[in-house]
Amino acid sequence: MSLLKVTHLKKAYGAIQAVGGVSFEVQPGEIFGVIGPNGSGKTTLFNAMLGQITPDEGKIELNGQDVTKLGPLALSRRGVGRTFQTLQVFGKMTVRDNLIVAAQEHKGTMLSRMFATSDSGLGNKADALMKQFRIEHVADLKAGTLSYGQQKLVDIAMAFMSEPDLVLLDEPCAGVNPSLVGGISTLLKDLNQKPRLDKKSSFVVIEHNMDFVMDVCHRIMVMVEGKVLAIGTPAEIRGNKQVLDAYLGA
Amino acid sequence: MNASKKFTLLFIATCALLLVVSPLFLKNYGVYLFTYWLIFVIATMGLNLTVGYAGQKSLGHAAFFGIGAYTVAILLKAGFSWWLGMPVAVALCFFTGLVVGFPALRVQTIYLAFATLGFNTAMYLVMRNEEWLTGGTFGINGIARPEVFGLSLKGGLAYYYFVLACAALMMGLLWGLLRSPWGKAFTALRDNPIRAESLGIDTRSYTLMSFAIGATYAGAAGVLFASLVDFIEPAPFAVGASIMMYLMVVVGGSGYFWGPLVGAAMGVVVPDWIRDAAPALSNWYLPLFGAVVVLMMIWLPDGLLSLPDRLKEKRASRKASQDRAVRAAQTDAAQTVAEQKSAAL
Repeated sequence: MSLLKVTHLKKAYGAIQAVGGVSFEVQPGEIFGVIGPNGSGKTTLFNAMLGQITPDEGKIELNGQDVTKLGPLALSRRGVGRTFQTLQVFGKMTVRDNLIVAAQEHKGTMLSRMFATSDSGLGNKADALMKQFRIEHVADLKAGTLSYGQQKLVDIAMAFMSEPDLVLLDEPCAGVNPSLVGGISTLLKDLNQKPRLDKKSSFVVIEHNMDFVMDVCHRIMVMVEGKVLAIGTPAEIRGNKQVLDAYLGA
Repeated sequence: MNASKKFTLLFIATCALLLVVSPLFLKNYGVYLFTYWLIFVIATMGLNLTVGYAGQKSLGHAAFFGIGAYTVAILLKAGFSWWLGMPVAVALCFFTGLVVGFPALRVQTIYLAFATLGFNTAMYLVMRNEEWLTGGTFGINGIARPEVFGLSLKGGLAYYYFVLACAALMMGLLWGLLRSPWGKAFTALRDNPIRAESLGIDTRSYTLMSFAIGATYAGAAGVLFASLVDFIEPAPFAVGASIMMYLMVVVGGSGYFWGPLVGAAMGVVVPDWIRDAAPALSNWYLPLFGAVVVLMMIWLPDGLLSLPDRLKEKRASRKASQDRAVRAAQTDAAQTVAEQKSAAL
């Protein structure tokens, strides 16, 4: 069974069809890339999949269950994590607290959390993740005081803190210096390979950095003007004439 | 325990000792003023949770303060005990706060402020016009103070210590709440509700709880206020009082735990102190206070308690630029040496 199945998803803003009948599937353990020129509907697709906006038509299934009308909160509780196109850390909290708050609501009930310890028992897990992301040296600094690249790492780490089944990453390399892009790529591959509860983590990644996408993703979907132009392995996409003409260029 | 924590603990212990000992050396009015201040500390602690920690702009806090005060006054008048009036008032404020929190699920910022301001105005009109219940502009008098284990609290000093104990208890409860995962959830809600929701934080429930708990604190303060002043009428619960409470939170330091102590002191104690110490200035207190607030919003928008953080940040950035200058000088020196070497060759 597919982890994520999107069927004929449509979303229009007035006369503009931002997403026009997109269908694809993501298998467990897969890193699935979504590429396309600006305005091709990638972020609208993401927002519809994550419950930020309601699609006009179509169906989204997670582990076989219809989640089309669920909001971000319900999706998070069903094991879907995400990052945003722009930085979204809690600037006045320390890095450690950013990671803890990213997972604390997945433990116990709201009432039980009122009497829980400050770190909700997640301190060690946060420390381990910070070590993996090489940000342990800034653990006690306020996230808002870090450099852009460090904040980006915190932002991505937060999405993984609750051990979601599926993580949707919206341009993880945007604004990041080239040396860090390699680091993010290695991190994602590590996180994907490391089995969690006997299954590998799955990601859907929107990214403009082609080297990164070709290196990290198992399959790639190319979108143009709200529609799917092609889906295939990095090698297939590289060799697809339509994709070359529409997006990748010569 | 590091030096900073030790200093904080020592400072808190000294303040606590002062609060216990100093009223013994004050006249009746001084004790009354300190009690009044503590009551406003409790009320603004609640508003600090709603506004400072959870980021919900509320301009209706005085309405909850009034609901607490009128509930206990009406129940006492009907012959019930103060000890029944207190929990009933607090529970009523909790549930009213929950209901008032609902607009916050739809509107934010200035629009939410206006929605809560509308609620305050409506409550004020009920207090003023429903004479059969509230006594209207004639108010309700003869509001008794409670007895604790048969001990009368009619004396000013005894009531002060009772209010101090209540304030300490409520401060402890809020401290515990903010140290728990709830504190982080409130901060996440304030700083970035969209991100918070994507992380599984139920922003809807936390928004409602921030209003309900904030209202509970205002209600408890209202009960203590009614028993302190013995007579209540609608004026202290009007919109102006809500704005004043908001100002106390902002002046003290919105989102700083100890902010309400400082803010309430600025709003309650300092005016009286000025009136006493410099009678010539007493008529000028409000314009002066307004001017100070304007200047603060320009130079210290996060309130008085943000000053140490600001100084720390300034020190850190000064040190960082000094370090950069040293590194630049070292690089220049190394470059000069390299150039001299290559010239010699």
